[in-house]
Amino acid sequence: MAKNIAVLGDGESIKGFSAIGLDIFPCDNFEKASRILRNIAESDDYSIIYITEEYYKNTAKDRAKYKERISPAIIPIPGVKGNYDAGTKRLSSFVEKAVGSDIIFNN
Amino acid sequence: MAVMNVNPTRMQLTKLKKQLVTAVRGHKMLKDKRDELMRQFLEIVKETKVLRDKVEAELNNCNSHFVNASAVMSKESLDASLMSPKQQINVEQSEKNVMSVEIPQYSYDSRTSDEGDMFPYGFAFTSFELDDAVTSLNNVLPDLIKLAEYEKSCELMSIEIEKTRRRVNSLEHVMIPRYQDTIKYIKYISMKLEENDRSSRTRLMKVKDMLLDKAHNYSGKQ
Repeated sequence: MAKNIAVLGDGESIKGFSAIGLDIFPCDNFEKASRILRNIAESDDYSIIYITEEYYKNTAKDRAKYKERISPAIIPIPGVKGNYDAGTKRLSSFVEKAVGSDIIFNN
Repeated sequence: MAVMNVNPTRMQLTKLKKQLVTAVRGHKMLKDKRDELMRQFLEIVKETKVLRDKVEAELNNCNSHFVNASAVMSKESLDASLMSPKQQINVEQSEKNVMSVEIPQYSYDSRTSDEGDMFPYGFAFTSFELDDAVTSLNNVLPDLIKLAEYEKSCELMSIEIEKTRRRVNSLEHVMIPRYQDTIKYIKYISMKLEENDRSSRTRLMKVKDMLLDKAHNYSGKQ
């Protein structure tokens, strides 16, 4: 089944994605972001959900459920306000979980 | 010594021995699975790290293009230009099995294949910065999708590795020693019982000898 890609975040950062064919969900506060995230993750229409780092950090509870599922993949991307390193931290947390200590990112 | 709460019977002993063999074999297999998963995981993580750095740099570049565009154009006209997208991305998701972990594989196609045809606005009233921004964003897309695939794989694999590691450890440090101790314990009991059996038998023989001796006067005393 063909699915789409969703982008969630503040309007400023994500409006460009609509031009290249991704569905955008602009939101201006974290409660709204959580609600939208739950809705689109549950709807099963999207296999990938990109979310700006700022909102990624504040929706941890809503994301937890989808960690072990193959779909959707919820991936943080840097927004227009700058890079908070959430993506790299996320990756290093995977290494920590698998290996026991972070052997790749600790330099 | 951790002895299980079982009856020290011969039947239980055979059962435990069988369970020990299964546990040892399972332990070996899970250990192999863990090692192989770890190898593949580390490979993917290294690639993902490189890819993420690249994608983040590119996205920052795109964002600065958009900031430039919004500086030149009014907010309303910028929003209006991007409002009705022409392009549509369809992602096909398939699953790949790596050591019993299902990881996603994405392939995608777009509605308009021609790269020049993707702009959802006319060029007359928009600035070239916006064109740059959209083009650069479009160029990041393949990497972005690949990043999603890699990161999801990493996530799923790390969860599976953690689970497998727990299983291996519990087998290695709890289950197998417990079986071994219990088997030893049952063997100890049966040895003790056999020893008791032998000693009571010799005692009986001795007593019988003495009684016979008394009755028939074999030793010729009196």
